[in-house]
Amino acid sequence: MHTRNLRCMHDEPQDVLVESYSEEEFWQDLLKVTGGQTNEEMARIAIRDSSSCRPWMKKHGVRFQPSLSGALHTARTNAFFMGGGKALINAYFRSAENLGIQIDYNATAFDIEVKDGVFKSATFSHLRLDGSTTQETIYAKSCVLACGGFESNIGKLRDAWGQNEWGEWTADNFLIRGTRFNQGTMIDRLKEQGADIIGDPTQAHMVAIDARAPLYDGGICTRIDCVSLGVVVNKFAKRFYDEGEDFWPKRYAIWGRLVALQPGQIAYSITDAKAVGRFMPPVFEGTKANTLEELAELIGLDQNVFMQTMHEYNHACQIGTFNHTVLDDCHTEGIAPVKSHWAMPITQAPFYAYPVKPGITFTYLGLKTDKTAAVYFSDRPSPNLFAAGEIMAGNVLGKGYTAGVGMTIGTAYGRIAGKQAAQFVLSPMQPHLIDSGLAGAMALSPSLENTLSEES
Amino acid sequence: MQALNELVQQAKDTAMGQAALSPNEAEVARQLQICNACRYCEGFCAVFPAMTRRLSFEQNDIHYMANLCHSCGACLHACQYADPHDFQINIPQSMAKVRLETYQAYAWPKSMGKWYQHNGLWIAICLTVSLTFFIALIMMKQNASVFDGSKALGFYDILSHNALISLFAPIFIFDVIALGIGLFTFLSKISPVTGEVGPSAQASLEATQNMLTLKYLDGGHGEGCNNEDDAFTLSKRRAHHLTFYGFMLCFASTSVATFYHYALDLPAPYDLSTLPKLLGVVGGVSLLLGSIGLAKLNLSRHKDHGDSQQKPMDLGFIALLILTSLSGLLLWLAAKTVAMPLLLALHLGSIMALFLTLPYGKFAHGIYRGAALVRFAVEKRQPSRLILKED
Repeated sequence: MHTRNLRCMHDEPQDVLVESYSEEEFWQDLLKVTGGQTNEEMARIAIRDSSSCRPWMKKHGVRFQPSLSGALHTARTNAFFMGGGKALINAYFRSAENLGIQIDYNATAFDIEVKDGVFKSATFSHLRLDGSTTQETIYAKSCVLACGGFESNIGKLRDAWGQNEWGEWTADNFLIRGTRFNQGTMIDRLKEQGADIIGDPTQAHMVAIDARAPLYDGGICTRIDCVSLGVVVNKFAKRFYDEGEDFWPKRYAIWGRLVALQPGQIAYSITDAKAVGRFMPPVFEGTKANTLEELAELIGLDQNVFMQTMHEYNHACQIGTFNHTVLDDCHTEGIAPVKSHWAMPITQAPFYAYPVKPGITFTYLGLKTDKTAAVYFSDRPSPNLFAAGEIMAGNVLGKGYTAGVGMTIGTAYGRIAGKQAAQFVLSPMQPHLIDSGLAGAMALSPSLENTLSEES
Repeated sequence: MQALNELVQQAKDTAMGQAALSPNEAEVARQLQICNACRYCEGFCAVFPAMTRRLSFEQNDIHYMANLCHSCGACLHACQYADPHDFQINIPQSMAKVRLETYQAYAWPKSMGKWYQHNGLWIAICLTVSLTFFIALIMMKQNASVFDGSKALGFYDILSHNALISLFAPIFIFDVIALGIGLFTFLSKISPVTGEVGPSAQASLEATQNMLTLKYLDGGHGEGCNNEDDAFTLSKRRAHHLTFYGFMLCFASTSVATFYHYALDLPAPYDLSTLPKLLGVVGGVSLLLGSIGLAKLNLSRHKDHGDSQQKPMDLGFIALLILTSLSGLLLWLAAKTVAMPLLLALHLGSIMALFLTLPYGKFAHGIYRGAALVRFAVEKRQPSRLILKED
């Protein structure tokens, strides 16, 4: 639901998309961010689909708008939904209802029955308006799983990440950028029944967000955008990574993991008056002070170490011609880690600090699927169980992230899975496999919201 | 300590020439800070592009943006931070609350602004007084024989044209002055924060177009705004068009009739084929249909849209428009019957109530929104003061 755009291949300018973005360029971008942990056949299907899916999206009520201010670098590659992901979900649900599809809100699927790779039924608990819950098992001829990863399940994240060298449970300090409903229940139930699982449980799209964000659903507005304009220190007041390595839109997706690996899973982005007005406005006010000493005290860092870090940094800055729109020549010399670009001494009051925590957008561990979106059991595709979205995105996106690619995978494989599920219901082979007289196809999606993919 | 900090901040703000915000204004500032970090709604209307030019929101910015908001509801239904989210974002509602405060703050004379808080009562008083006045006048004229039906009367047998003019002209002139002063005060507040300079011909043209077409009720994609739910509808835009253009046609009818009366020496009543009558009938039907439509939409609107406290003001104004147009049409249809004198009293009474409440009621929204649209057209042509790195 917090998504805002879709990465689209296009050979020429198309309404909100400028210039062109070829299949090959898209594929190379994907190859680069995943470091090869992808499936070329499945990836290229998603990429090609992204060039033709927008008329279909429009038909179902989704409207597009030009690239947002502050995100103009994506005007060539990404098509933004007007109003964002919730407007998109509203349009899809409205369109589905108009097609006569019955939607059960407030229904949580907690079990699924599969026999020899054939889907039989799913069991739900319904939260009724009077607060009571009822259970129901629905049998259907085919099923699409579109119910997300396990990023909202702190217990599972805790198990995956374990304890760090300071004895901390790393995942305890994660914030979840999307809904609380992505619990990974279906992945667990299917794993128990022999489904093939792909991906590393610690791999996730994780960005640096404001530590004061709510535990769930902080969405896009909690991101911290001033990292490359200053320095970032950990709770021991030490720098730990090159803040100016590359443009922020190319780096924000690694900073969540960088902060996750720091003690206490917290860091502080420090800037001065020169940065004001040069980055996307933050949702929470920064801590403001007239001296660096005062700032250290306000955010509770060791003043001596902090001042030493700042002095070392300030003296290491080789001031050239500051230009935030290019990889400029302002860099540091003689300190580790270096700051490669935009290194300006932090000397002009007032000074600001923004606390940063890892914000998890989605996890990559999921069900193994193929180009037909069929779920695999012991290396064999299920005839009637399909998966779309985060629950299978790991097949294409083994690690890394590039803006809007989750939504590309979700839209492409959502359409494929839906088509396959419907075709199975209509196909002559299905009576041999399942009981007659069942409902048609069904789809499981997050009960209220969907976090797949997100911003750039 | 909290209270002390607030006081210190207030003192600082005052010292720096920034007015302390009212609770409703502070709520808008809080919400806009979240919106400004999100920006998903940029394509819907003018409010969000105006927001992205700012990093903080002072009183004048908030007054400007509150009046720029058309309360279309698109951003509420699209909002990932709306209820039940902790952030509790509801831009149409928080803007509506501030809008009412601005009408009050810019009303002239200032003491009359308080009627915005009791607008239903204010409309009821004006209508009662006006109706009583005209019924009494007619009864006196006819020696209390309005209802005897002994002979058919013409309009001017009851009230002479000069008497009508001397009654309505002062009210109309007062309306123009009161709303004019309000407009001037508002502009002098918001111009400095919207580029200072006056509107170019291009900006004026664009703003006029946006007003006359109700551009910002089109949802940004042309399919309209929201009313009951997340479905888009053009019904509000259409009903408002019928109302506004109907009102203008009625106004044109009266102006032409005045010209006929004085310049051409052609006094009323006019035939249906004449210009004043044609304008009046078409305008009256349009106004009636439009205002009934607006009333229906107002009553069926999603509960979270706008400020429900303002429904008496909205519906009171709409009721006066319905009463005015309906009584005008009935008067035309029943001109030759015994009901005429009473319908004339009803029509003149509702028109008088409408004009008495004009500077202290819902009508003011058109004036302030128009001004905000002009300033938006000016501001968007100015270079941004921000250098957000990604741009």
